[in-house]
Amino acid sequence: MNPPAKQFVLMLEGVNKTFDGFKAITDLNFYMDEGELRTIIGPNGAGKSTMMDIITGRTKPDTGKVEFGINTDLTSMNVPEINRLGIGRKFQTPSVYIHHTVFENLLLSLKGPRGVFNSLFARTTSEQRDRIEAVLKTIGLAAKADDLAGLLSHGQKQWLEIGMLLAQQPKLLLVDEPAAGMSDEETHKTGELLLSLEGKHSIIVIEHDMTFVRQIARKVTVLHQGHVLCEGTVDDVQNDERVKEVYLGRKKKN
Amino acid sequence: MQRKSSNLEIWVVLAVALFVIIVFPSLNAFTADGSWLHVSNFTITLYGKYLCYAMLAISVDLLWGYTGLLSLGQALFFSLGGYMMGMYLMRMIGDLGQYHQPIPDFLVFLGWSTLPTFWKPFASFPFALLTAVLLPGVLSGIFGYLAFRSRIRGVYFAILTQALTYAACLLFFRNSLLLGGNNGFTDFKFILGYDIREASTKRGLFIATGIALLLVYLLCKWLTKTKFGKVQRAIRDSENRVMFSGYSTANFKLFIFVLASLIASLAGVLYVPQVGIINPSEMSPDKSLEAVVWVSVGGRGTLIGPIIGAFAVNGMKSWATRSYPDMWLLLLGTMFILVTVFMPKGIVGLPAQLQGVYQKFTAKKMKAEPVSVTPDAAVQPVKPE
Repeated sequence: MNPPAKQFVLMLEGVNKTFDGFKAITDLNFYMDEGELRTIIGPNGAGKSTMMDIITGRTKPDTGKVEFGINTDLTSMNVPEINRLGIGRKFQTPSVYIHHTVFENLLLSLKGPRGVFNSLFARTTSEQRDRIEAVLKTIGLAAKADDLAGLLSHGQKQWLEIGMLLAQQPKLLLVDEPAAGMSDEETHKTGELLLSLEGKHSIIVIEHDMTFVRQIARKVTVLHQGHVLCEGTVDDVQNDERVKEVYLGRKKKN
Repeated sequence: MQRKSSNLEIWVVLAVALFVIIVFPSLNAFTADGSWLHVSNFTITLYGKYLCYAMLAISVDLLWGYTGLLSLGQALFFSLGGYMMGMYLMRMIGDLGQYHQPIPDFLVFLGWSTLPTFWKPFASFPFALLTAVLLPGVLSGIFGYLAFRSRIRGVYFAILTQALTYAACLLFFRNSLLLGGNNGFTDFKFILGYDIREASTKRGLFIATGIALLLVYLLCKWLTKTKFGKVQRAIRDSENRVMFSGYSTANFKLFIFVLASLIASLAGVLYVPQVGIINPSEMSPDKSLEAVVWVSVGGRGTLIGPIIGAFAVNGMKSWATRSYPDMWLLLLGTMFILVTVFMPKGIVGLPAQLQGVYQKFTAKKMKAEPVSVTPDAAVQPVKPE
């Protein structure tokens, strides 16, 4: 790892986080380029979700720097503020608004003012409709626009949630196990969807499914016991002895 | 389709409101006492009371059904509105009380000979109304700010609001608060110069309550259709997603909590002159819980549900407390359990629920029939003999 010479979209330096004596994150350094599609893998308890929580402001780190873009310190901001900066997050279990239609789900996610009084008098413009339709096309749910989100299948809910992130037009997308609970075909489609976003957004994907990782991965970061074990291509990582020991080796036994 | 049924609902509500606001009081005023069409003064007051309860139920539903916040504090805001109105009505008694003093009887009883300073401005009706807005508004604002900032949700929020109400209840029981202690306020004489016991005054209050309920309904209907309303329901269904979409959910919850407290207060303001009494028992825990039962019986997450529920449950209460006075609380509890288990969408959701049952029933029948006549038995799994 070379020291940072250029501007990163996201930078974590010397981050530590302890929960009741348990070191979830230890001395974590993580740098990400603009437009990059990065995959993070690691065994359970490696600190992947805690890392997401720290980036999105749900958890405050004990020590360390978390910066977004040009010197924007994320540690002093709360969840909605960080989101408004342009960091979108998709949860592991699909969280969509089940009593709203697919269209309304996207409408509420569209980039724009977020205040109480604005929301009282906001009207849906034709420009907004166009943007929603574009997102619907991207996630392949155009035919479901007027269905209640609660009626969608598990895979469709996952895509809708990714669509909700796209509607926010984030600079950085954090996607936590998007293929969890999906069929092989759905997983493949999800992979294609993420690949199509590469370059337009910076994306971090957390994943367990190695077939899926192989499909989408450019650069892979392996987390272990709260810090970065190694980084590289899928092959590099899979051939790394340390990685085999802590993660892949154990997995191959199954 | 959804929009159509929602418009239909507004027309039905407007028609019913017109009937309640115009026809009902007219039947009281213009028909003879013995006529079958006649509506008695008692009935007018009773239904006026129910209209107030319906407003209280809407305030509960706005939080519980639409935002997922179960507030057991709505009885407090209801009572605060009632007490502010009560203070005005106490001043309007003048020296017509039992002691014929220019101050309220209970103050004479406590040994006061002049009016405490904070009682003085309550001779003004606008001032009383202003306090009925400000007091619940500021209290709910401060409480809501602290609760939502600390991310208190679910059952913890319910317990806290209940505790707040109970604390206020104990406070109002104290004579030293100079608000009538456990007897509260009663024996009112005049409102805005009209004799409060006159049938025409009762009619006027009934009509005012009907109009107020209609306006509250229309305001809430509008609110649910705005983007605010959508965010509100999104918070109910997935608050995390809303926060991670850039909305400060605490602000949205605070807004709706304050609005609901004002609606509850308005209900209290209209309630007190009609029932003629306000005391701290209105803040007792069971009052808040009853309002929750009205909402769940009528149908939470809708606006006509709470209105229907308030009328249905209170109608039943009026009947049961006369016919089986000891059984009422048992009956109420049983009803709540039954509705929660078997009718999660309440009375309003009943038609759709029955339709679903009917469709399941017919679908089963249709499925069952071809199986019995299908010639290709090999397709069916073979049952071991």
